Amino acid sequence: MFSFLVKRLLQSIVVLIAVALIAFSLFKFVGDPINNMVGQDTTLDEREALRERLGLNDPFHIQFYHFISNAAVGDFGISYRHKVPVSDLIAERAPATLELSIISALLSVIIGIPMGVYTAIHRSGFISRSFMGLSLVGISLPTFLIGILFIFLFGVILRWLPTFGRGEVVAIGWWTTGLLTWSGIKSLILPSITLALFQMTLIMRLVRTEMLEVLCTDYIKFARARGLKENAVNFGHALKNTLIPVITIIGLQLGLVMAFAIITETVFQWPGMGMLFIQSIEEVDVPVMAAYLMMISLIFVGINLLVDILYAYVDPRLTIDGGAKHG
Amino acid sequence: MSIMKKILTTSAIASIILGASAASANTLKFAFQGDAQSLDPHGLNETFTLGFLSNVYEGLTMLDKDLKVIPGLATSWEVTSPTSIVFKLRPGVKFHNGNTFNADDVIFSWKRSLSEGSDQKVRGAMVKNIVKVDDLTIEVQTEGPQPLMPSEWAWIFIMDKEWSEANGAGNAANVKEENANGYTLNHANGTGPFEIVSRQPDVKTVFKRSSNHWNTIDSNITDIIFTPVKQAATRTAALISGELDMVYPIPVQDWKRLDSETGVSAIRGPEARTIFLGMDQSRDELLYSNIKGKNPLKDLRVRKAMAHALNLDLIKKKIMRGASTPTGLMIAPQVNGFNADYNTPYKYDPALSKQLLTEAGYADGFEITIDCPNNRYVNDEKICQAAASMMAKVGIKMKVLAQPKSKYFGKVLAQNNYDTSMYLLGWTPGSMDVHNVLLGLLSCQNKETKAGLFNLGNFCNQRVDELQKMVGVETDPGKRQAYIDEAMQIIKDQVAYLPLHQQPLSWGVSDKFSVNQRADNAFDFRYVSKTQ
Repeated sequence: MFSFLVKRLLQSIVVLIAVALIAFSLFKFVGDPINNMVGQDTTLDEREALRERLGLNDPFHIQFYHFISNAAVGDFGISYRHKVPVSDLIAERAPATLELSIISALLSVIIGIPMGVYTAIHRSGFISRSFMGLSLVGISLPTFLIGILFIFLFGVILRWLPTFGRGEVVAIGWWTTGLLTWSGIKSLILPSITLALFQMTLIMRLVRTEMLEVLCTDYIKFARARGLKENAVNFGHALKNTLIPVITIIGLQLGLVMAFAIITETVFQWPGMGMLFIQSIEEVDVPVMAAYLMMISLIFVGINLLVDILYAYVDPRLTIDGGAKHG
Repeated sequence: MSIMKKILTTSAIASIILGASAASANTLKFAFQGDAQSLDPHGLNETFTLGFLSNVYEGLTMLDKDLKVIPGLATSWEVTSPTSIVFKLRPGVKFHNGNTFNADDVIFSWKRSLSEGSDQKVRGAMVKNIVKVDDLTIEVQTEGPQPLMPSEWAWIFIMDKEWSEANGAGNAANVKEENANGYTLNHANGTGPFEIVSRQPDVKTVFKRSSNHWNTIDSNITDIIFTPVKQAATRTAALISGELDMVYPIPVQDWKRLDSETGVSAIRGPEARTIFLGMDQSRDELLYSNIKGKNPLKDLRVRKAMAHALNLDLIKKKIMRGASTPTGLMIAPQVNGFNADYNTPYKYDPALSKQLLTEAGYADGFEITIDCPNNRYVNDEKICQAAASMMAKVGIKMKVLAQPKSKYFGKVLAQNNYDTSMYLLGWTPGSMDVHNVLLGLLSCQNKETKAGLFNLGNFCNQRVDELQKMVGVETDPGKRQAYIDEAMQIIKDQVAYLPLHQQPLSWGVSDKFSVNQRADNAFDFRYVSKTQ
C-alpha cells in the first residue's frame, strides 16, 4: 500500500509540473500584460522599466523556474491587476465558487437520482418520456445559453429572481456565505440550477441505465420471487447496487463542476474564482491565471488520487502494484 | 495579510454592506463592464478608473459636464513667467477624514505622482518644482512654458499627506512590493462629493455622499452602489428588471430592445473618441503586403485613393446604427482646438480612387493586412471588415487581422516595434486639448523627446513637428488656433490618417434618474439626480 501511495504521489507531481509547463508556455500567446497595467500616455521607457521589474524580460526557463519554486511553497506572486497577493485573491473568491459548486452538486444528486430511478421503473410512462426529453435539452444546450434564458425568463419577464450577483453575504471568519440571507439564497437559485443541469441529466441517465441493468439480474428476480414488496426490491436491493459506479462518477464530476463554473459565473456575474480567471485572461494577469490553473489541476489530481485509494480499499481484487487501471 | 486581519476586514465589509442596505434616501445602483483598477488615484491613467475616482478625489482643476476646464481645488491660477504658474488654493476644503486641505497636500501628491508605481508620471513630469508660498498659495515651476499644465492636472488627484503617510501610502501602489503600500488600493480619502464606504474589487463598491464637501452640487443622490457586470446581456437584463438604475456600455444592437421597454432608455451621444485608420508611411517595404521592394503607402496618391474609397456614411448607417459622427479631423468637437471648417471628411469617390491608383502604378491594386482590435471600440472588427469590402471595390485587397485588445496592442505598439502595415485605432486626448494629439499621433517618432509615441505608421512632416511645438507653448488663443489650423490643413493634404468617426456613447438609464453623459464617457455623480 505504501509503495502504491508513493508511486501515485510522484505521478501526481509530474502531472502538476506538466500542467504548469503547458499553461506557462501558453501565456505568451495571451498578449502583453504591460498594456493593461498602464494608460495610453505612458512612455516607452516606463513600460520597459515595468517589464524589467516584473521579470518579463527574463528567458522562459528562468521565469518558469521562479514560478515553480515559488509555487512549491504556495507563493503565486502578486496579481498584476489587483496588486495584492494572488493567494489572498483566491481565498477571497473561493467561498463563492465552492458554495455554488457544492449546491449544484447536491441539486444534481438530489434531483438526478430520483429521476433516474423513476425513469428506470416506469420506462414508458409519459412522465419518464418527458424527463428523458428534458435531459436531452440539459445535455445539448450550452450552459451560457441556458443561463441567459433563465435570466430573461425569471429575472426580466417574471421578475422573481435577481439577474446577477450574490446578493447580501454574511462573513463567518474568512468565509463568506449567501446562505444566511434571503437575497443571498434567491441569488443562488438560477446560477446553481444552470450549473447543475448538465450533471443532473448525466446522473439521471447513468442511474437509469445502471438501474435497468440491475433490474434484470438474477438476484432481483429472486427477490421478487421471494414476494418482497416492490419498493423494497427497487430501493433496498436494486438502487444500492446501482449507486457504486454513480458515486465514483459524482466524485469525479465535482472537479468538473468547479471548472464548468467559469461560464455560469460569467453569465451571472458571480464573484467566484471562475470570474476572476476570465477577467485575468482579459487583462493578461499571468500570476492569477497560473495560480488558478494550478489549483484546478491540483483538485483534479487530488480527487483522482482519492478515488484510486478508495478503489484499492473497496476492491481487494485490484492488485496494488500496477495492475489497477481506472480513473 | 494575517488571518486575524482578514477576519476583521471581511466582517467589517459585511457589516457595512448589511448596514448600507437598511439606509433609504436616494440610492443609485449602476454597473460598468469592468471595475476600476484600484482606488489609488495615481495607479492607472485610464478613462474609467480616473472618471470613477473623480467623484471621490479632485484635482487643482476639474472638467465640467461639457469637458470645459473649471477651477477645482485651486480657485485661480496665473502665469507669472514663462516657467512659473501661481495657483491660489481653495480655502476651507476638508478631506473626508476631516483633515484640512493645504499646499503641502498638493506638493505631496505631485511627488507621489512621480513615484515608482505611478502611471501619472507624464503629467507629474510637466512640473519641475513646486514652491509653497503660503498655506494656500503655490508656485509651480516648469522647464519651459507649460500652458496645458492646469488642464492636464485635472487628472492629478490631490491626496491628504497626513492620511497617506499614516497609512504607509506615501508612494503609489506598486505591483512589485507586497502589501507595503496596498492601503490605497481599497481605501480612499479625497475631497470629492462622494466618499467610499466599502470596496471589494470586481464585486462591489459603495459610495455615500460626503457631508463636508466644499461645493454645492446638483445631485440629490445620497448613496451609490457600483457593481461591475461583465456580460452585456446580463447588464441589459438587470437594467430592464430594475435591479440596476444605470448600466454602460449598452451594445448598439440592444438599443431597440431598450426603446421597446417602458421605464428605461438608451442614452446615446457622441464620444470624444475619434476612430481612424493609420498607415505605415515609414518602412521602405510594407511588412504585410504583396508589393515588394517599395511601400505603396508612401505614395500620397495611394493614401488619397484609400481616403476616397471609404464610405463613412455607409459605416454610420449599417454598422453604427446611425449613431456615429463621421469626421474629417483627428479630434472631436469637444476637444480644445477643434475647427469645424476642417472637419469635412474626404469625399466618397471610388472612381477617383481607381484613377489615383492607376496613376500611382497600382491599376491592379495590391494586398495589405489591417490590424484590428475586436473588443476595444464600438464594433471595431465590423468597421475593419466594412473598410475591407470598400477597399475591394477599388482593387485593394485588405485582409483583416482582428484580435483581442491585449494581443492587438501587444503587436502594433512601440514595444513591439510597430509591427503593422495598417491599423484601426481610437483616441481621446486625456487633456481634451489638440496638443496631445499633435504630439502623440502626428509628430515624427522620436525616442528622445517621446514624441509620436502612438504615431504607429510614423507619418512625419517637419512643419507639423514645428507647429506642434509652437502650439505647446503658445498662450495667445488666436495665434495658437492659427498654428493648429495650419497643421490640420497639412495633415489633411498629406492624408496622414484616414479619420472615420466619433463613436457613440451608449448608456442604459432608468427613467427614474437623470444623468449627464459626458463625452469622455466618465460618469460624474455630480450631475445625477433621482427625478421620480
